[in-house]
Amino acid sequence: MVLAAGADIGLVRWIAEVHVQLRPGIADPEGQTIAGGLRSLGFSTVTAVRHGKLLRVAFEAQDPGHATREVEAMCRRLLANPVMETATWELRADDEPSDESRLA
Amino acid sequence: MSAPHVAIVVFPGTWSERDFAHVAGLLGWEARLVWHAETELGDVDAVVLPGGFAHGDHLRTGAIARFSPVMAAVEAFALGGGPVIGSCNGFQILCEAGLLPGALLRNDHLEFRCDWQTLRVESPASCRAWLGDLTNGELVSLPISHGEGRYYADDATLDELEAEGRVVLRYADRDGLVTDGANPNGSLRGVAGITNAGGNVLGLMPHPERAAEEEVGGTDGLRIFRSLEAWLGRVPVMAERRL
Repeated sequence: MVLAAGADIGLVRWIAEVHVQLRPGIADPEGQTIAGGLRSLGFSTVTAVRHGKLLRVAFEAQDPGHATREVEAMCRRLLANPVMETATWELRADDEPSDESRLA
Repeated sequence: MSAPHVAIVVFPGTWSERDFAHVAGLLGWEARLVWHAETELGDVDAVVLPGGFAHGDHLRTGAIARFSPVMAAVEAFALGGGPVIGSCNGFQILCEAGLLPGALLRNDHLEFRCDWQTLRVESPASCRAWLGDLTNGELVSLPISHGEGRYYADDATLDELEAEGRVVLRYADRDGLVTDGANPNGSLRGVAGITNAGGNVLGLMPHPERAAEEEVGGTDGLRIFRSLEAWLGRVPVMAERRL
């Protein structure tokens, strides 16, 4: 039997906002270029920009512990390369899922 | 020795596979293009991961490609001592797959760089399968063509690679000096190519397959292919792999 996504096994929807950044100390030429752009616009107090990626992952899990383990595994297996990146995330229940975050 | 049999892996977005196959043809090798969704490499003597933009290089270069079905076979082949070469995007994939240490980041000047590049050969004996016919300290000229070739590894890893003679190619000027000015992408310590501990896996940003005929500007790349031929001829175990 194939379960319909979610409902029958008590899954709830979550949103993880995963921030991936180059590790401190690794040169970030894109960030440096953005910082230069800000300064040239008159934001003369800008001293540094580090650029990175924001990945908003909509998924389903049973509870906060399960959801956390899932996000950790996603980061470890694919979303960040620990050789040169770090990943941090914020997790929240997805109370009002948009169409794009629903499972197909 | 019969002609080497090579598998050239093709991911969606790979762009150098036919250049490798062309050079293999010039040399009389048997080359087979292997689609990334395949799980078998066939009975081959060596594996090529060519350049390009596998899976669009989305997320990170090589990040998606390393999970392509064919990569389990490539990893098994490499771990068994089989010769594997990854050029450009192939180097990036080998790093993501953990077959080589480190990672390749965005060029420090943020430009895509396509040019001929002088390289200094170091410790070729560490990677006899691919560099056995080259000599320590010699200079070769090969094309580079990449936007993300800045080699990065932490200091401990770089120290270990150097101590073990596993940095085998560095960006150099025409006098053979490794300088910031000769470095086309900001790679740490001028690293252009490295090998694994076993010496059978070579990752390099330059394109040897684009330097195999005088009419394209140079033939130094052929020497990497010739090295493999010679190595296969000298190593009966590998030569018998396909028997």
